[in-house]
Amino acid sequence: MTSESKTTPIANYHGSESVLELRDVSICYSGNPAVQNVSLNIFKYNVTSIIGPSGCGKSTLLRSLNRMNDFIADVTIEGSIKFDGVELTGKEIDPVLLRRRVGMVFQKPNPFPKSIYKNIAWGPGINGYEGSMDDLVEHSLVQAALWDEVKDRLQDSALSLSGGQQQRLCIARALAMAPDVLLMDEPCSALDPISTSRIEDLIFALKSKYTIVIVTHNMQQAARISDYTAFMESGKLVEFDITNQIFTNPTEKRTEEYVTGRFG
Amino acid sequence: MKIAMTLNKSNGKNTRSTWLEKLIVGTLAGCTLISVITTVVIILMLGKESAVFFTQIPFLDFILGTRWVPLLEPTSYGVLPLVWGTLLITFGASLIAIPIGLCSAIYLSEYASSRMRSIVKPILELLAGIPTVVYGYFALTFVTPLLKTIFPSIQVFNALSGAIVVGIMILPMIATLSDNALSAVPRSLREGAYALGATSFEVTTKVVVPAALSGVMSSFLLAISRAIGETMAVTLAAGATPNMSLTFLESIQTMTAFIVQISLGDTPAGGIAYQTLFAVASLLFLITLVLNIISQWLMNRYREVYDE
Repeated sequence: MTSESKTTPIANYHGSESVLELRDVSICYSGNPAVQNVSLNIFKYNVTSIIGPSGCGKSTLLRSLNRMNDFIADVTIEGSIKFDGVELTGKEIDPVLLRRRVGMVFQKPNPFPKSIYKNIAWGPGINGYEGSMDDLVEHSLVQAALWDEVKDRLQDSALSLSGGQQQRLCIARALAMAPDVLLMDEPCSALDPISTSRIEDLIFALKSKYTIVIVTHNMQQAARISDYTAFMESGKLVEFDITNQIFTNPTEKRTEEYVTGRFG
Repeated sequence: MKIAMTLNKSNGKNTRSTWLEKLIVGTLAGCTLISVITTVVIILMLGKESAVFFTQIPFLDFILGTRWVPLLEPTSYGVLPLVWGTLLITFGASLIAIPIGLCSAIYLSEYASSRMRSIVKPILELLAGIPTVVYGYFALTFVTPLLKTIFPSIQVFNALSGAIVVGIMILPMIATLSDNALSAVPRSLREGAYALGATSFEVTTKVVVPAALSGVMSSFLLAISRAIGETMAVTLAAGATPNMSLTFLESIQTMTAFIVQISLGDTPAGGIAYQTLFAVASLLFLITLVLNIISQWLMNRYREVYDE
């Protein structure tokens, strides 16, 4: 499997600007490689999906983009990850500042056990947001397509919301920080089909303002919502291309087998 | 047919295992019953003797009286000096143990490496296992002399050294229980906060501690209830002088220390002095019971939040 060179053609494919550039990224947990030699670009105002079977390293790769792997003991990262041209794995980079610009939504909705309002206001609050908090809360909830459902109960506990609403609240919470990039780690895996479709619509609407990277188990989801798709297997990037290409005419046999459901 | 036979109760082998099963269940239930019965008997005894006491001393005189002279004429049975002594010790101990215990818990759950945790936690638990009489001696022979260099006027028996050692005594309880509560906050919640550009200090103080607040509060209450019930250390350290003094430098007497004094003395059974024991014990029991109930309630409340 020759995965190393799969990114080069795509850089020329679209004239689109890269927000994140990964070159030969390898990530090890206690010496065990989880991601090996991955190189790809994340393009601005596009949705990029990372697909692959369980344990292929897609979440690990995603979490390296806002340095959430820092919390895991004994993790080593090699290679280069550039965000806006700046090496983000460097010791001199403050991960706190990075995460203000690269937001994240997790697999399981994880609202704070606080009110709906405070969930949104929390991030901007600690980061010294000076504008009108009420406006920001409303704006964020509108963007996350949750405003109409919660506008009369902003002081209720976020835990009183349904799973799908909680996940949209978590998206709103991330959007309130006005990030450049939004990372989503299987955001729909704990949700029912109706909530899933609402989140997919939302992702589609958000890409005009945000660059989105989404890890998903669900190939149909990747095909529906993303502009680019990366297929990973056993820690390696098998293929990365525009989504249509991956699903209709992949270069690699493994990709074809996976997207047609022959394995995985 | 075969199945029907083996399922039949009258089959010899099965009846044997059935009565064995019943015997086991019976034994286990009996063991449980012993502790239940003991509790009930203690409560009944406390109630009965206290009732006798209150037929002779008006309840209001007891609960609101400010002079406690049960053994010398003219007697007076105002329990407030004892309650005050207990409060003084408990307040002082909490003042020491709550901040230090909470900070230790935060350090252990949020900052310490797993190696550090595996060293520090057993030490804390060891501290909890030291017999309380040792703490009492420690107060008399070490803490009080030390305090004397700071406060030359301090008495040999004083509330301050009692409060300090009781504080040290309940500290591990607060640290370990609060650590458990903080550690029970799901990692996903911390990650959610970190992903919003929070520093670890912000995550700890603004997300983790508030989320674990009821568990943390419940550890405080349990520790306070332990401080209220603490006997040996305060008897040795703080003395036996019922006193409503506002300073920590004088000798006081707590409810528990009074019970020790009477129990060890030659007070004859049946007299009014003897019954004061039960009245004071009932009051003590009520106070700790209420605290434990509140603490249990808080603990259950915080479990509910994460069970889903």
